[in-house]
Amino acid sequence: MTHGPHHPRTLEEKLWTAALWVSAVLVFAFLVAPLIAIVPLSFNDGQFLTYPLSGFSLRWYGEFFTDPDWMRALKNSLIVGVFSTILSTTLGTLAAVGLTRARFKGKSVVLGILLSPMIVPLVITGVGFYLFFAPLGLTATYTGLVLAHTALAAPFVVITVSATLQGFDMNLARAAASLGAGPLRVFGSVILPLIAPGVASGALFAFATSFDEVVVVLLVAGPEQRTLPREMFSGIRENISPTIMAAATLLIAFSTILLVTLELLRRRNERLTGRRGGTFG
Amino acid sequence: MPTAAPSFAPPEPSLKARLRRAERLHHLKAGALILPLAAFLAVTFLIPIGDMMRRAVHDPELAQVWPGVTAAIDDWQPRTEAPGEAVFAALAADLGQSKADRTLAVAARRLNSDYPGARSLLFSSARKLPETAESWRATLIHIDERWAEPELWAAIDRASGPLTAFFLLQAVDLERTPTGQLRPVPEQEAVFLDILGRTFAVALTVTLLCLALGFPVAYLLATLPPHLSNPMMILVLLPFWTSLLVRTAAWVVLLQDQGLVNNALIWLGLLDEPARLIFNRIGVIIAMTHVLLPFLVLPLYSVMKGIPKLYMRTALSLGARPTVAFLKVYLPQTLPGIVAGTLLTFIIALGYYITPALVGGAADQMISYFIAFYTAETVNWGMAAALGSVLLVTTLILFATYARLVRAGATPAGR
Repeated sequence: MTHGPHHPRTLEEKLWTAALWVSAVLVFAFLVAPLIAIVPLSFNDGQFLTYPLSGFSLRWYGEFFTDPDWMRALKNSLIVGVFSTILSTTLGTLAAVGLTRARFKGKSVVLGILLSPMIVPLVITGVGFYLFFAPLGLTATYTGLVLAHTALAAPFVVITVSATLQGFDMNLARAAASLGAGPLRVFGSVILPLIAPGVASGALFAFATSFDEVVVVLLVAGPEQRTLPREMFSGIRENISPTIMAAATLLIAFSTILLVTLELLRRRNERLTGRRGGTFG
Repeated sequence: MPTAAPSFAPPEPSLKARLRRAERLHHLKAGALILPLAAFLAVTFLIPIGDMMRRAVHDPELAQVWPGVTAAIDDWQPRTEAPGEAVFAALAADLGQSKADRTLAVAARRLNSDYPGARSLLFSSARKLPETAESWRATLIHIDERWAEPELWAAIDRASGPLTAFFLLQAVDLERTPTGQLRPVPEQEAVFLDILGRTFAVALTVTLLCLALGFPVAYLLATLPPHLSNPMMILVLLPFWTSLLVRTAAWVVLLQDQGLVNNALIWLGLLDEPARLIFNRIGVIIAMTHVLLPFLVLPLYSVMKGIPKLYMRTALSLGARPTVAFLKVYLPQTLPGIVAGTLLTFIIALGYYITPALVGGAADQMISYFIAFYTAETVNWGMAAALGSVLLVTTLILFATYARLVRAGATPAGR
C-alpha cells in the first residue's frame, strides 16, 4: 500500500487531480495566511494595523516587554501553566497507568468521567468552577485558577499517556517484578523511563491547554490573575493595537516550537516502544 | 462452592482460585491509581456542574427569604384575582422581616426575573409599609395597585419553590398563565428560541463549510506519499496549535474595513468600497470556520488513511470512470470519517463563546455568551442553568453518538 497516487491517465482524472490540488492549496492558504499576515504588522513602525507597512521597528516588542500589564499577564500564564501542568501530569499519568492495567466493571464510565472536562462546553465548566470556588473563597485566586486548569488539562494527559502505554510491553514490568522490584521501583525504573516521551507530550498538551484557556479565566479569575489570553481578549475587544500583534507573533513562535517538540517526542516514543503511530497524537 | 461432604473440600483454595484472587487484587491496586484524578474531577468538576444544573429546576431562593407568603400562597383560589387577606398578611410580615434582614434584594432579584418591575415594587412597598394595618390586602393594594394583579401573584407562586419549570420553559420562550396553562411569552421577551436557533444555525453553517473545505485537504494528505504529506500536515497542525486568541486577533485585523481582505477585493475590482466583514455574521462564520477546520480534517484524514487503495484501483481497472469510482467506491468508505469529523466540529462549535464575542455583533452571540451573561452580569442562576442544561444535554447526546462511532476516542478534541 505504499505506492504513490497513481498517475492520472485520462483527461477526466487529470481534471479531478487539478481541481483537488487547486482547492487544497486554497484551503492551506486560508489556514496559514492569517497567521503569516499578522507577523509583519508586529514589526511595523506605524500605529495602524494596515498594509503597506511604513517601516521596520521593534518598538511594539519593546512595548510588550516593558508594559506592566502584559508582563504580569505573561508571568501569570507561566505560573498557572506550570503548576497546573505538574498537577495534571501527575494525576493524569497515574490514572492512565491504572486504566491500562486495571480491569473492573464500569471502567468505561470511569473513563467518561476522566475525559468529561474535554467534552463539557467550557462556559459550563467555568460556571461550575465559579459555583464551587465562590463559597470557598477561591475565585480570583491563583489556587482556584490552577485547580481549574488542572481539571481541564488532565484528560489530555490521560489520553496521550494511555496511547503510549498501549505500545508498552507489560512483560518488561512483569520481568522487573519477578526479579524482586517493588511496584514503585517497577514504575520508577522500568515503566516511567520508557513512557517518558509520552508523559512529556502529555505535559505539553496540558501546558498548551492552560496557556490558551480564556473562558474559565474570564469567569473565575480576578484582575490580579489576568493571563496572556485574557489580556489579549480585552485588548482585541477594546483597542486592537500593534502590541497585540507582537504578543500574537510571540505566541505563534511558541506554538511552532511546541509543534516541533511534540513531533520529536513522537518519533522518540516510536523508537522506545517500537510502535509506529500516525502522523500526530 | 456447594459441598455436601465437608471432608471432600480442599484444605485450602485451589491454585486457580488463589491466582484469580491475586489477579483481582492486582486489578484493584491498579484501579487505585485512577482514584486521585477521579476524586479530584468529581469534587471540582462534576459536583459543581451537577449543582449548577440543579438550579435549572430547583428554586428555593424566595422560600428562604419569604417563608410565610411562599407557604400561604398554596391556598390561593381562585387564581383569576389576587389572594385573600391571609396571604397578604404573610406577605406584609415577610416584606418587613426581609427588609430588616437585608434579604429583600434576593426576593427582588428572583421576582424581577419573572415579573419585570418587581424590584422597584418590592423596595417601595417595603419602605411604605405601615407598622400595623386593619387589612393588609387593602393597604398593600393602596400602596401599589400592582398587588391586585393575579400575574404578579402567579410569579410569586412560581417562585415559591422548591421545584420550578419556570426557567426551562423560559429557555424555549414559554410561560404559564396564572391558571397554569402554557402560552408563548410576550414578543419583546421572546429571545431564547432565537438564540438557540442562531447557535444551531452558526454551528451548522460552520460545520458544512469545514466539510467542504476540509474534504479535499484530508484526501490529499491521505493519498500523497509521506514525504509530501508530512510537510503539508504542518499547515493543518500549526493553526491547530496556535492560540485561539491569536487566530481571532488575526481575523479582526484581516477583516476590518481597511484590512487585507477588503483591500484585496477592491484591488481585484470585486468591490468598489470596503464591505462590512466583521462584527456581523460573516465575520463569525469565517473566523469560526478557520478555527474549527483542523477538527474536521484530522478525524477525516485518519479514516481516509485507513482506506485501502486497492478498491479504487480495482474499480478503475474494471473500467469505471474516475468520477463514478470515486462516488461509488471511495466516498462511501469515508462516511465514518465524515460523520465523526462533522459531529466533533458541530459539538465544539455549539459551545463557542470567545470568537463570536470578539468578531460578532450583538445579534451573533451564541448560547454560551448568554450563559456567561446570566452568571456574571445578572446573577440569574436559574436562567444560566436552564440554558446550560440545554447546551450540556445537546452536547452529551451528540458526543455519545460520536464516541459510539469512533470508539477509540484518541482524537485530540477540546478548547
